[in-house]
Amino acid sequence: MGHLFNRAALALCCAGWLVATGPVLAEEAKPEPKPLKLTTTADHAKFKELQKTFNSGPEVTKACLACHTEAAGQIHRTKHWKWEYLNPDTKQTLGKKTVVNNFCISVASNEAACNSCHIGYGWKDASFDFKSEENVDCLACHDTTGNYKKPSGLAGNVVTKDMEFPPGSGKILKAIDLSKIAQKVGKSSRDTCGACHFFGGGGDGVKHGDLDSSMSAPEKELDVHMDATGLDFTCGTCHKTSSHDVAGSRYSPTAKDSKGAHLRGKTDNGNPATCVACHNNAPHKSVARLNQHAGKIACQTCHIPSFARGGIPTKMTWDWSTAGQLDAAGKQITKKDAKGRIIYESRKGDFTLGENVKPEYVWFNGNVTYTLITDKIEKSDQRVPINKIGGSPSDGKSMIWPMKVFRGSQPYDPVNKTLVTPHTAGNDDTGYWKNLNWDKAIAVGMNTSGHPFSGKIDFIKTEMSWPINHMVAPKEKALGCAECHSKDSRLAGIQGVYIPVRDNNKLLDTIGWAVVFLTLLGVIGHGAMRIVTARRH
Amino acid sequence: MAERIYVFKRFERFWHWSQAGLIMFLMLTAFDIHGTYTIFGFEKAVAYHTTAAWTLIGLWVFAIFWHFTTGEWKQYIPTTEKVVAMMKYYLVGIFKNAPHPFRLTTLRKHNPLQRLAYLAILVCVGPLIWVTGVLYLFYDQWAAWGLGSLSLEWVANGHIAGAFMMLAFLIAHVYLTTAGHTPLAHIKAMITGWEEVD
Repeated sequence: MGHLFNRAALALCCAGWLVATGPVLAEEAKPEPKPLKLTTTADHAKFKELQKTFNSGPEVTKACLACHTEAAGQIHRTKHWKWEYLNPDTKQTLGKKTVVNNFCISVASNEAACNSCHIGYGWKDASFDFKSEENVDCLACHDTTGNYKKPSGLAGNVVTKDMEFPPGSGKILKAIDLSKIAQKVGKSSRDTCGACHFFGGGGDGVKHGDLDSSMSAPEKELDVHMDATGLDFTCGTCHKTSSHDVAGSRYSPTAKDSKGAHLRGKTDNGNPATCVACHNNAPHKSVARLNQHAGKIACQTCHIPSFARGGIPTKMTWDWSTAGQLDAAGKQITKKDAKGRIIYESRKGDFTLGENVKPEYVWFNGNVTYTLITDKIEKSDQRVPINKIGGSPSDGKSMIWPMKVFRGSQPYDPVNKTLVTPHTAGNDDTGYWKNLNWDKAIAVGMNTSGHPFSGKIDFIKTEMSWPINHMVAPKEKALGCAECHSKDSRLAGIQGVYIPVRDNNKLLDTIGWAVVFLTLLGVIGHGAMRIVTARRH
Repeated sequence: MAERIYVFKRFERFWHWSQAGLIMFLMLTAFDIHGTYTIFGFEKAVAYHTTAAWTLIGLWVFAIFWHFTTGEWKQYIPTTEKVVAMMKYYLVGIFKNAPHPFRLTTLRKHNPLQRLAYLAILVCVGPLIWVTGVLYLFYDQWAAWGLGSLSLEWVANGHIAGAFMMLAFLIAHVYLTTAGHTPLAHIKAMITGWEEVD
């Protein structure tokens, strides 16, 4: 995790440098930093409160809160802080703290590693104080320098003095200068959001498929809105944030936005992150037929022809059941594919990766039901859905949506028939990634998450669906008609709608061609007879 | 000695040939859309097919007007007279160089089988294609028109069935143009307007 995060941070820094100096180099051939774009009336470098040495993250936060007195309170109410979300429809308690997935599986007992992506400092176990104001991490979202780093393993804390980590490893974590970072705070950016959301699942592009570091400064081809030299949207342009609460949710997504474009002042505006929120329900100007398609097909289906398009592969499968292999010397091994990408790790198992992946398509009405650790599961030919996607062609609420479907095999308890929460990360005797012992790892993990564990372990096949929303291509690159209106239609699995060409009636075709050919045969025969008999006369 | 009579007036010939061209183009694009072959590809074929269809509708507005103002619509009134004779002729007589049982005049320029065939096209195949085609085009308006319960599958299949019938008609029609007193006589008449009769 640590090296992944560092690599990620490095990539972000590089990307940031390129953006900052690229145009200047071209124009003046002088490597001067581009002046900070003034989107604010306050230059934080001029604030006395920030002109000092900070020895920890919370010290910075205290300085922030001296002026922004209500900010921590706003943060405390958000999913980003609580990692907890009550789905109002299903009444399920979700959030990163609670859900189990088929990537690194779960947070419980792995907080020190996972929570480097928490917008707080020091969440290392269940004792974390969610009411603490100073433990709110302002810089994670408001850094503009690209130098802010929260290494994995430190429970979301930052390094202000060079330190060896893990102790005895000989690896040195470099200190960062919090004072410089604090003096340059600004609005959130693709890089700040991306520092976590591009690297979900343990590495660049692993989890989402439509979010990876290529979206840090994308070209128009990759994302027409975020195009760094064009519209240059940040995440917040669509995920319009109010009182620090970021709009848009993967737990209860808006599958069909029938309310039309958002008018300022309207009280029932709803989710501002949908396409419709800006583009309205009938956005196609020249071809009305496309607007009629938009009644049943999510914009994303045609306008995101494939995901993982930025040169960074996304993980498509993860088989935990093959983890644990060692080489002859008893050391952990890593296998790579022809392109040098990791496809096996002793501590994680087998992976497959995908680039330019065509999504799978399903009817989706926005209802997502998770299989939680408290839910009973049965091993069968069917994969257990980590998150069951609701929808049908006839419920009036569903649209055809593109999904990344991530399939895996992960440990479960065959006696209690539940998923399990293994202790993976950690420099201790029970962390699976170090010791490769499932018994200990699962026992400790289940104890931490507070759920019963029989001691028996088996592996179960699971799948998790990720609605695809980002990497919106320019309109010229949207799907052509024949992608769906053909015999090998992208929508081959979509039931409940008649799709011309895909659903051609074979019997009708047979009868139709029979009539045509018999007619042809008849006139040819008739004509031939006329020619023959004409010669006789 | 052959007598020449003027059977197809200028508008009628214009109508016939532009309609023939449009229908053949509609056929070409239809089966492209249907996935039988790819010439323009689905997207362009749909656009061309739609434009050609509207053009043909426009042409028909004029043609219908013309038929009623000139009384030419009467040419399509079916008759049973000589139908059997015509069938016998096509099945037997034509091979024996027998005389054509129908003598065409300007008031009866279609033989009884033609009358029946064209009427069938006008009242069965045509409406089937036009009704399903227009419904297809205005799929998004069905609910507003109170046709919400209509099935796109049935409309589409009706349209496709109509296309097959039209294609079969086209083949037979083109072949029967050669059944005049010389193989090209009917086609010449359709171009010049003048038909030679015995």
